[in-house]
Amino acid sequence: MKSCCFRRSPGADLIRIADTAIDPDALRRQLFDPAAGAYCGFEGWIRNLNEGETVLRLEYEVYKPLAVSEGEKVLAEAAEKFPHLHAQCVHREGLLEIGDCAVWVGVSSPHRDEAFQACRYIIDQVKVRLPIWKKEFYASGDSGWVNCERCAQH
Amino acid sequence: MKSLTVRYFAMFRENAGIAEETLQLEAETAADVFFATRDRHGSGEPLGHCKVAINDVMASWESPVSDGDEVLLFPPVAGG
Repeated sequence: MKSCCFRRSPGADLIRIADTAIDPDALRRQLFDPAAGAYCGFEGWIRNLNEGETVLRLEYEVYKPLAVSEGEKVLAEAAEKFPHLHAQCVHREGLLEIGDCAVWVGVSSPHRDEAFQACRYIIDQVKVRLPIWKKEFYASGDSGWVNCERCAQH
Repeated sequence: MKSLTVRYFAMFRENAGIAEETLQLEAETAADVFFATRDRHGSGEPLGHCKVAINDVMASWESPVSDGDEVLLFPPVAGG
């Protein structure tokens, strides 16, 4: 049987919710594969400004059972739409400070097109589908749930 | 009447002041539960911005609810 490009490391968590710091270098090494000629990674960082408000820190609330099952669906869809070798995603929960890595997505594939496309698909879907909420704490002393009280265009 | 356990998350939980409650509701669909509990979660969020799960499976607002179901109400998500 010809070797196929859907091999995955047995037992690897494809999607994981982490309550400690994300280490992109360590995660990236898990995607190494002799057949991979390309790797594409995305890191989402906590920034200090949102809609004109100075952000001091933020807190992610995650409903894990469904974040994991929905994340697994997203990764399966990405594998079908943009066949690649390996893909993983880690999302943080809890309190994060400016500059922290909130989410990491990595994809390895024989060629770069699939790596770019699968990575883009995964992060875009993770942002809109997983039950994850972000509460920002502002320099003004206020706080707010992103996409709720101040709503819309994220 | 159906006995339904409603679970609130993030902004909905903060507004309700509780994480979950069991209610007796005349509800046919998940949307009926959303509107019946709207006063409790104190939100003007449109239905279309929110999501729902029934018994830990993502559902649609048209999904039917049955006696004993656990209905999870999710305000607008913001991962990443």
